[in-house]
Amino acid sequence: MRWSNSRYYDFIFAASLVVIGMAGFTVFESFAAGPSVPPKQLTIYTTVANYSLPVAEYHGRDYVGLLELLEPLGTVNATVKGKQWNLRFNNVQAVFVQNSATAVVAGQSVRLDAPFALQNGRGAVSLNSLAALLPHFFNRQISWSPSSRRLIIGSVAVHFTAQIVRNNPPTLVMQFTSPVNPQVSTEPGKLLLKFTHEAVVAPGTAVLTFGNKDITSASYSETNGTAALTIAGEVPLFASFSNNGRTITVEPSAQAAMQMQTQAAQKLNSAAPGSPPLNAGTEPAAVLTGAQSYFVVIDAAHGGQERGAALSDQLGEKDVTLAIARRLRQELQERGITSFMLRDGDATLTFDQRAVMTNHIHPAMYICIHASSAGSGVNLYTSLLPPLQNNHGPFTSWSTAQAAFLPASQSLENSLTSALQQSHISVRELSAPLRPLNNLVVPGVAVEVAPSTSGVTADLAYPTYQELVASSLAVGIAEMRGHAPQGTP
Amino acid sequence: MISRQLAISAAVLAVAALCMGLFVWHMRGRATQTEYSAADARPVAPPAAGPTEPVTLYLADDATDSIRPLEIRIALPEGRQQRAEELLRALMIQYLGKDSTHSLGAGSEVRDVYLVDPGLVVIDLNQAFADSHQSGILVEELTVLSLIKTLSANIPGILQVKILVNGAERETLAGHADLADHYDVAAVDRLVAQMGASQAH
Repeated sequence: MRWSNSRYYDFIFAASLVVIGMAGFTVFESFAAGPSVPPKQLTIYTTVANYSLPVAEYHGRDYVGLLELLEPLGTVNATVKGKQWNLRFNNVQAVFVQNSATAVVAGQSVRLDAPFALQNGRGAVSLNSLAALLPHFFNRQISWSPSSRRLIIGSVAVHFTAQIVRNNPPTLVMQFTSPVNPQVSTEPGKLLLKFTHEAVVAPGTAVLTFGNKDITSASYSETNGTAALTIAGEVPLFASFSNNGRTITVEPSAQAAMQMQTQAAQKLNSAAPGSPPLNAGTEPAAVLTGAQSYFVVIDAAHGGQERGAALSDQLGEKDVTLAIARRLRQELQERGITSFMLRDGDATLTFDQRAVMTNHIHPAMYICIHASSAGSGVNLYTSLLPPLQNNHGPFTSWSTAQAAFLPASQSLENSLTSALQQSHISVRELSAPLRPLNNLVVPGVAVEVAPSTSGVTADLAYPTYQELVASSLAVGIAEMRGHAPQGTP
Repeated sequence: MISRQLAISAAVLAVAALCMGLFVWHMRGRATQTEYSAADARPVAPPAAGPTEPVTLYLADDATDSIRPLEIRIALPEGRQQRAEELLRALMIQYLGKDSTHSLGAGSEVRDVYLVDPGLVVIDLNQAFADSHQSGILVEELTVLSLIKTLSANIPGILQVKILVNGAERETLAGHADLADHYDVAAVDRLVAQMGASQAH
């Protein structure tokens, strides 16, 4: 059989369409199998609470549950009557009708951006309706950013300034109007500060340039409910916090390392016996000086690729431990006690690195911060040692190095317990098979912070609770000053 | 009149839509199967047959953050190693039951127990045991203490315990409890007693 020219071209055309379709499907599949996109969320900042809500797509628009939005901010009551949804928030009465783009709030008609959705007794409105709707519920200033899905109710916006205060070495100082606790991470040529809990708002211009060759610029951006500051530099940068979280100082890490090595040369006469040799990247970042003989190492457990326990869908243990550790450092500073954090960002450290750094610095004590969603209050742990191993001459066994310091660690544990109890925080003293406690040649205690009320995991992220725990620990540490056991391996 | 190319395009797109529909249906079935297999709490092998004898299992209790003894009767074989395996099997049955006071992940299992003289026991957990274990100092510690105390209380002469995961050393159980070192049974006994005492207060 011979095909006519027309049929031949039809066949070619159909085959081309099939090939294009398959190619398109392959591209779609490769995108679908790629990195997962974080779910859309709306973040609300108020004087009462800061929280995030999932955003659902409905008829091609983004919707959010109205009950979920209002519940943390007051008394909410909703009833369904046929297609009508009656909502009462504090003293404001509102009536919504399913699939209607008009609502009545406090006796006034409000035009919604998209029809009201009612499913299983729960009402939802499109995100673009919030700007028109919420002023009727709140007698406060409302700022709504549709592109980044950030809603700020009341005067809670956090403003900041950024300027280079010194050129050699360059130091960028950012002053915030309220305490902040961003997630800090680094990428080649960048330092990223991600603000998930604070209503940080844009400066006058989104990109700030500093005219410095090492720290070149800072760019502000907002996406999916969070704000971020990206600080670009020609050298690796690190951030430190002061002024109770109101000041972030960004400096080149090379400068810090140089300073560290200079100081280390003055102090470190000998490494801790039995310690494994130091790697180049694990040098301690602070040292004792004569005026700072009572010196504390704070270790925010986990970090980097090691997230620790998933305290909730969005709250990782590593973030909570870092926040509490920073607060503890601040509390100690206010009491005139010098401290050093083994990690002050999202860095991955092994147990051996943590132990080596601590033993090398030889502080008066080591405090490791953990967090847990189980139980309530605070658990304090000293080392549960493995079977004792023989020391070889001047070399202490690595796995039982803590043995000689266990009584001192228990004294520290008692002091912390007493201080926490004075703050009415329930405390339990235990021992645990927990590294790097076993490998330390200084008194060491691990602190596992659980919610103040059992089951309320959100407690762990509340600044007031973190502050209470940190200040109590600082009191316990300060109590040990004067009769602090000194490690003498 | 509809052109021939347009008709062919429509036909091809309809076939493509049908194929994609079938593909999605196939993927949906596979996803369901995956969920089933993830939730598969495989039952441990049946216990040894024969006359039963009393043993004391030490169960972790998440509600009280302590270890509590449970006396039961199970059939135990003659050999020490086989007895150790049966004891941990009985313990796992308790944990995988619906009334368990301490949650272990789906598919958690003790692969093997080895008694190495003098006084060393090696417990080999499966990968699912560690990977699905809840993360936290106390919750991990309770699991470890429960395994060790159950063995040491029922099999005399155990002095040290080493825990492996899937036949290999692992740094921690789920980010906290140290598995790199051996456990001192005497220290574990003291800690279990301390937990009970602090709970009593």
